[in-house]
Amino acid sequence: MNNNLNISKEKCVGCTLCVKVCPFGALSMHEKKAIVNLELCTLCGACVEACKFNAIALKRERSGVVDTEAKGVWVFCEQKRGVVQSVSYELLGKGRELANKLKSPLCAVLLGHEIEDKAQELIHRQADIVYVVDHPNLKNFLDDPYTNCLVRLIKKYKPEIVLCGATSIGRSLISRVAVKIHTGLTADCTGLDIDEHKKNLLQTRPAFGGNIMATILTPNHRPQMATVRHKVFKEATIKPDHKGKVIKENFDADVYVSRTKVLDVIEEVTSTVNIAEADIIVSGGRGMKGPENFKLLQDLANVLNAAIGSSRAAVDSGWMPYSHQVGQTGKTVCPKIYIACGISGQIQHLVGMQSSDTIIAINSDPHAPIFTVATYGIVGDLFEIVPLLTKKFKEALNR
Amino acid sequence: MNNILVCIKQVPDTSDVKINPETNTLIREGVKSIINPFDMYAIEEAIRLKEKFGVKAVALTMGPPQAEAALKEAISMGIDEAYLVSDRAFAGSDTLATSYTIAKAIKKIGEFSVIFCGKQASDGDTAQVGPGISTHLDIPQVTNVKKIEEINTTTARVERMTEEGFEILEIPLPCLFTVVKEINEPRLPSLKGIMRSKNAKIQLLNAAKLDIEEDRLGLKGSPTLVSKIFSPQRRKSGEIFTCAAEEAVEKLVNALKNYIH
Repeated sequence: MNNNLNISKEKCVGCTLCVKVCPFGALSMHEKKAIVNLELCTLCGACVEACKFNAIALKRERSGVVDTEAKGVWVFCEQKRGVVQSVSYELLGKGRELANKLKSPLCAVLLGHEIEDKAQELIHRQADIVYVVDHPNLKNFLDDPYTNCLVRLIKKYKPEIVLCGATSIGRSLISRVAVKIHTGLTADCTGLDIDEHKKNLLQTRPAFGGNIMATILTPNHRPQMATVRHKVFKEATIKPDHKGKVIKENFDADVYVSRTKVLDVIEEVTSTVNIAEADIIVSGGRGMKGPENFKLLQDLANVLNAAIGSSRAAVDSGWMPYSHQVGQTGKTVCPKIYIACGISGQIQHLVGMQSSDTIIAINSDPHAPIFTVATYGIVGDLFEIVPLLTKKFKEALNR
Repeated sequence: MNNILVCIKQVPDTSDVKINPETNTLIREGVKSIINPFDMYAIEEAIRLKEKFGVKAVALTMGPPQAEAALKEAISMGIDEAYLVSDRAFAGSDTLATSYTIAKAIKKIGEFSVIFCGKQASDGDTAQVGPGISTHLDIPQVTNVKKIEEINTTTARVERMTEEGFEILEIPLPCLFTVVKEINEPRLPSLKGIMRSKNAKIQLLNAAKLDIEEDRLGLKGSPTLVSKIFSPQRRKSGEIFTCAAEEAVEKLVNALKNYIH
């Protein structure tokens, strides 16, 4: 075995620090010394950093040679029905920052049909180069042609970083691209930065439902690829005098062939805003007592321009469609404000919303776990409080 | 019609995980392991197709030896055969090395008409391994499938969940689907199934049994590297209003109104 973790019996003082930090439960104490269960160990190195006595030696051998020629920070700009999605602007915002640190160009990639006019819009969002591939088969997202085009572009221009939104399209596409290029991909980063020294991309993401954070590197492969969820970064500001160039690419016909075919696209979001993109979410749980009472939340949402979310309990009871479910088996959201009404806050719900900027909890049970993550909480009857909130916000916001 | 495969993962039961308030780290001791919640829907859908076409439903997992328990549970639900892809050489695999190894294991086991995966695993949340497998196998895929409308021996028509609603897609077999919760309601294990799972033989696929390049396995074959693990900044404890509703609402609106545009 080339890769291994060894704990020196001589150096280990039995302080148990390593046991506490191991995210995988692979370390335990045996006769006052730490021992490792290699079947559980993933060689992540958390214990090596925690050990104050240099008792843990980790051997990690890796393959791959870094391509020093690779240059440019790329953002895959997702469009739907010809409209560039806001997550792309957010990635351009972060991408600009990274590109400046690397003294590299910021490049946008735009795939679609009759979308060329959008390229200028991306330059105004501070892209230095926009790569455009325009073809009828790229009008709607399809796994095969999108993957083929992006892979060809990457192989031709060799970017050092590729960023993509962690949307349903992005996640489907970018995993395939990373495999074809044979490089690393880090999902759902909440922090991106450049290591000043080695110029590596520092990709920070929550693991285990946000209970721990991990910083991930792709040291020996290029491009370094990462996805980011909606609302994590600020949109690139519009600079009408920013200069950039548009490079149009075209490929052989076989590149655009798709094995799957879209027969129909159905939009069914019942409220006006989709929860992944919403700045404010008003969410209801079992405490709503029935589907008819979600009207109270809708009234509040209308005043706040918010989307409606739901706990699993309310979805399972048939009160709300699954597309509104927040939590482990639903969607993960991080709006500016999350208002939880009648949601007790089981861990499966919390992992889906605890990274929201501000969390408001309204619950009649003062011991409900939702209050442990709440920025503000009101203990009381939501049927009294929610209509009052609607009324007061209406006054305060002049709506 | 060839057999149906479902790829599953054993994960810690989130509802069981507790946080050490001093160190703010996970307490994994004594935490139960379960089948990844999304994979339960994948197992159910595999069993339904098996019943429809009279073929076998096969389950596969990659993980440590104790992941065998997840396969046994799948058998108790109605899976016919199960494979454990396990070897020390696989330790530290990221999603690239994992999907490579699983794809190689699938090639070893045989031909499948449909491969199911859950949308994502609850411990890693990457949603990358399913699409990775289909890419390594060079078969088409649809992710986030919420319904199989129609399927015959050559093509399927499925609904794919999107942010705004859903799309209806047609896809030729063999193919890979990742599924979301809405697709079905997983059955409970039957008594007969539980009895069968107790005696079922789980077949082990280790590195020596697979036709693989050693450089592409485990940590060595993983382009990504965890360089640091740390506790997230803890939320400051919030302000909880227990006063009368009118007063509480007033305070809340004042605290928030400047943040709403």
